[in-house]
Amino acid sequence: MISWGGMTWLALLAAAAACYAIKLAGLSLPQRLLQDPRLQRTVPLLPVALLAALIATQTFSTGHHLVIDVRAAALAVAAVAVLLRAPFLIVVASAAGTAALLRLL
Amino acid sequence: MFTGASQFAFVGLIASGGSPWAGAATAALLGTRNALYGLRLGALLEVSGARRLGAAQLVIDESTAMAIARDAPAESRFAFWATGLCVFALWNLGTFIGALATHALPDPKVLGFDAAPPAAFLALLAPRLRAREPIAIALAAALVALVLLPFVPAGVPLLVVAVLVVLFGLRPQSGSPRNR
Repeated sequence: MISWGGMTWLALLAAAAACYAIKLAGLSLPQRLLQDPRLQRTVPLLPVALLAALIATQTFSTGHHLVIDVRAAALAVAAVAVLLRAPFLIVVASAAGTAALLRLL
Repeated sequence: MFTGASQFAFVGLIASGGSPWAGAATAALLGTRNALYGLRLGALLEVSGARRLGAAQLVIDESTAMAIARDAPAESRFAFWATGLCVFALWNLGTFIGALATHALPDPKVLGFDAAPPAAFLALLAPRLRAREPIAIALAAALVALVLLPFVPAGVPLLVVAVLVVLFGLRPQSGSPRNR
């Protein structure tokens, strides 16, 4: 579980401030930055790489150990739901439900 | 923070034992795409002063997608504000309810809640995988993160992945055509 110490709240505030500053910078910076092809191709790649890395690490690890457990099955079910174009909540609920059911067995 | 992937990532990273600062850095990196959205929206919205400060908070995937899907500038502006404000209200309401409800819940593992964030990330990732390059990058990023994970502090694999993908994106081009 998360221990909500002062440091965690500080980091949370910093993250929120950074996320807002990034948005404001986008609205305020000169439009010609949009013309930079390297920026145009790099920025959309960041969420792709980070989301993929988050999925992998949060599914296949416990602490510092690589593991394959019910979460892998849950992710597979979520992938099927995504392929079937299920709504966001259904995707999330199907994964959670799969993990919960498999743990009951 | 009003940018969903960042909020999930922050919570997910510290829940899995990462330092809150690694969580904050990842959240900010995931938010960088909003700067690009802001650049696109800047000309469309024509906001300044206090309205720009308000508009900035509403720059997210959904409001940008709705705004740039319209042809008439007035419709674009309406779509941006309407989408942004609706999502903002409901998102924070949901977060608030979630924060209150945790006290009423048993061990999150029993309900499979530990499997929920990766599924949420997958749903956010899927629409971005419409070409060969992003798919390759996603697979490579997942592999790099897993290989690093046993050897470095929690959260660090994500930062390494971020640095690598930026280096990849900014690499010198030899006039290669873009696939989009």
